[in-house]
Amino acid sequence: MGFMATPETYLLVIGTKKGLWLATSQDRKQWSLSGPHFLMSEIPSIGIDTRDGRTRIMVGVRSEHWGPTVAHSDDLGATWTEPEQGAIKFPDGTDAAVERIWQIHPDAESRPGVVWAGAEPISVWKSTDGGEHFELNRGLWDHPHRSEWGAGYGGAAAHSIVVNPSGDNVHIAMSTGGVYRSLDGGTSWEPRNKGISAYFMPDPNPEFGQCVHKIAADAAVEGRLYAQNHHGVYRSDDNAESWQSIAEGLPADFGFVMLTHPRRAGTAWVVPLKADGERIPPEGKLAVHRTDDAGDTWKRLDAGLPQSEYNAVLRDAAAVDSAEPAGVYFGTRGGSVYASADEGETFAEVASHLPDVLCVRAAVVADATVPAPASA
Amino acid sequence: MGEISVVLPSVLQPLAGGQSLLTAPADGTVTVGRVLDSVTGDYPVLARRLRDETGALRRYVNIYVNGDEVRRLQGLDTEVAAGQEVLIIQSVAGG
Repeated sequence: MGFMATPETYLLVIGTKKGLWLATSQDRKQWSLSGPHFLMSEIPSIGIDTRDGRTRIMVGVRSEHWGPTVAHSDDLGATWTEPEQGAIKFPDGTDAAVERIWQIHPDAESRPGVVWAGAEPISVWKSTDGGEHFELNRGLWDHPHRSEWGAGYGGAAAHSIVVNPSGDNVHIAMSTGGVYRSLDGGTSWEPRNKGISAYFMPDPNPEFGQCVHKIAADAAVEGRLYAQNHHGVYRSDDNAESWQSIAEGLPADFGFVMLTHPRRAGTAWVVPLKADGERIPPEGKLAVHRTDDAGDTWKRLDAGLPQSEYNAVLRDAAAVDSAEPAGVYFGTRGGSVYASADEGETFAEVASHLPDVLCVRAAVVADATVPAPASA
Repeated sequence: MGEISVVLPSVLQPLAGGQSLLTAPADGTVTVGRVLDSVTGDYPVLARRLRDETGALRRYVNIYVNGDEVRRLQGLDTEVAAGQEVLIIQSVAGG
């Protein structure tokens, strides 16, 4: 059965390897879980669009048998709509097919209807109709570097899209290829990886080819970005012209997650993992680390987290909400999901024993009823 | 003019208006690809579940003609004759 939600409901959307769950809360401590939707399909990407006075949940769905697609719901999962011809598909002449949607990113409040997507094979897409139809970004697809981009373990994809407030600067990150920047709203792209090591390549300081795992923009300082790499945590203060290590003070410089505060300058979160031989929280102890000074110092945060945890946290299996104080959310490959109502100081378990968590996204939504799924 | 029957697995039937059997008109022999074009013409979501946007059969979708999987024949160019049946089955995969 469904449950009523009152004004100022916190919504957490959880994408896993075998379906989607919705969680709601009034206080970000006690959560009600509803699902699964899309049972047996993986949900690697979620976008929650709260612009235009409605809450639209967009999801990248992928069935091992039946392929990838994008669906959206304007009624918190009561019904899902899948554009008949597909929201994201390669145009004729490209001889390419979408394998997986890795990122769905609603643009700024000032650009309602604009939604970006990142996909595998490495490609960036843009919708101007709220995520119902996307167009391939030709500047990136036709980029002369494309044949030299590689695949990380999870596939070759554009997985991070960061758009500045005015919309002219777009930074994307791909695995593997590194960070690319556009200064013309996405028409043309140049690699911007100076200072980021690619120790696994013959030349450890190439122009591109880095294995960046996630990038995020500082909430308040224009031109400041943060990057979690395949070994290495970095900050740029000059719009990605150069990057400096901010890994000192972290128990490991590997990880997949990079989150930034919705409003406050200098605040970011990572979830360090030991690597390369192991891919676990250092010493089996799961913790989030937060900086409030743009990476100069880090604070370990593990209150409410399990004493022992050997599962990794994937790049999009973490999110913040827009509330004050900001909520921090993440899920593990072991199917546990945690929420913090106080910027990571303490965590509460939202769910456990779900399939591998691939993606979480959170939002504050207005008065709403979250229904049970019509059918699994 | 004869017909070719296409049998859908239950999981795909909701995408074809609940039908388990679709039919394509056939005069003589046609390719499996043309049969799929014909029966999915009114069901674009079904079409996307079977083939990607290049037209390639998805890796874990198996299509049988006379008991043979078409990848062991001529793929989507395999010819099928009026009166024959085309069977669509999801492969045994996943975990």
